[in-house]
Amino acid sequence: MENVQYPHIFDFSRITGPIHDWLMGFLPAWLTTTVECVAVGVGLLLVYALLALFYIYFERKVCAAFQCRVGPNRVGPWGLLQSFADMFKILIKELIQLNHIDKFLFALAPYLVIIASMMCFAVLPWGDGLQIIDFNIGIFFLIACSSIGVLGILLAGWSSNNKFTLIGALRSGAQMVSYELSIGLCVVTMVCLAGSMSVTDIVMAQADTWFIIKGHVAALIAFVIYMIAGTAETNRGPFDLPEAESELTAGYHTEYSGIHFGFFYLAEYLNLFIVSGVATLLFFGGWMPLHIPGWDGFNTVMDYIPTPIWFIGKAILLSYIIIWFKWTFPRLRIDQLLSLEWKYLLPINLFNLALMVCIITFHWTL
Amino acid sequence: MISLAIFGIENSGVLAITALLTGVALVALAMWIAGLISPRSFNPQKGEAYECGIPTRGESMSQFHVGYYLFAILFLMFDVETVFLFPWAVRMQELGTNGILSIAVFFGVLVLGLVYAWKKGALEWK
Repeated sequence: MENVQYPHIFDFSRITGPIHDWLMGFLPAWLTTTVECVAVGVGLLLVYALLALFYIYFERKVCAAFQCRVGPNRVGPWGLLQSFADMFKILIKELIQLNHIDKFLFALAPYLVIIASMMCFAVLPWGDGLQIIDFNIGIFFLIACSSIGVLGILLAGWSSNNKFTLIGALRSGAQMVSYELSIGLCVVTMVCLAGSMSVTDIVMAQADTWFIIKGHVAALIAFVIYMIAGTAETNRGPFDLPEAESELTAGYHTEYSGIHFGFFYLAEYLNLFIVSGVATLLFFGGWMPLHIPGWDGFNTVMDYIPTPIWFIGKAILLSYIIIWFKWTFPRLRIDQLLSLEWKYLLPINLFNLALMVCIITFHWTL
Repeated sequence: MISLAIFGIENSGVLAITALLTGVALVALAMWIAGLISPRSFNPQKGEAYECGIPTRGESMSQFHVGYYLFAILFLMFDVETVFLFPWAVRMQELGTNGILSIAVFFGVLVLGLVYAWKKGALEWK
């Protein structure tokens, strides 16, 4: 790994550092950490909620554009307040008391789904000096957390004690665990190139060239597989079998009402962001600004765009592609879905890993 | 080495617990607000399973396709093997030829397993 001098123009530790020192001035160390953790928690909550609201609006607008409609345009300017209205509407809906469910597991399921997405959310590289969870096994931790979400969905379907939800949960379980394999292997492929599992190291390794260019053929194959598997992982069309409306009413969350249903909805949109965020991290340099070798003036201008804007911008662009999938491909059948994963993506992925090893060993990287 | 972590907190475990508690807080808070402002009405029909309007027949825990189990078992095998690939992937560039050769054997067994499952028809949805 070359030691690139990244300018760190928008290094957020310049803001958080003085706050830390100021707090340390009159508080003991443990209390300082507590205050900082509370601040981080509140920040996470706000960004999480705002991004979810933005994504609901974004998806509705994009879907409308694909169908030659206008989309939401009544609430607020350009319909911008539509998702706020949706949120309040979902909050004032009744939480129906059901008498055939497993009450404890039924209540536990949304917690698991939200916790899984929140933990993944905190691992993402938000910006220079804004890395929240920075384990040296960061990306591995992220995969581990995302698989908790499957548990939540299985529990939701099983505890509802309804035929639709049971089938929905089983489909979802089979689909999510299968495609998790592809995601895992894509991550292994890129970890080979990065030589580290730490999120900050992966980002810093891309300071001069993004991995999609550095790893060229192998990275491109990994990227395509990752996007397919990521779409399946978030249960979005064309892989939306777990909640195929025409077959299973609403799949695993049929029995959930009001805000209880809202959590699954929230987590689904946030998972879309997380999948795009991880793709950004692994292939498009995380929060690294776009640099073109030789264009020094251009590169300097790009450095002056704040790093969180780079990260969120890239992630939203990739989310747009995933939403695009939904309106391009018809829904798959469960057998087609599983054979796509096990007979095509998995062998291609194993082959791709070998290809990446060759590229690194023979120094074919760009 | 510049610390890129927020507030320079070295121990990420604390932040992981923060994220976990934030998730719990989000759900608990929203449930509490919804409990305060949402209406409540009782109706015996409301408590029934959401199916087609008439009372549910038979067990909800109906039989389902055995294929789901097969894929779950296959997943278990492959996922554990992927976990073993991770440590090697991190050190791959330092370990060199020796590392590649040893992982190639492991990798071969993995591929053999997939081929065996394929030939046995475990990947068919019948």
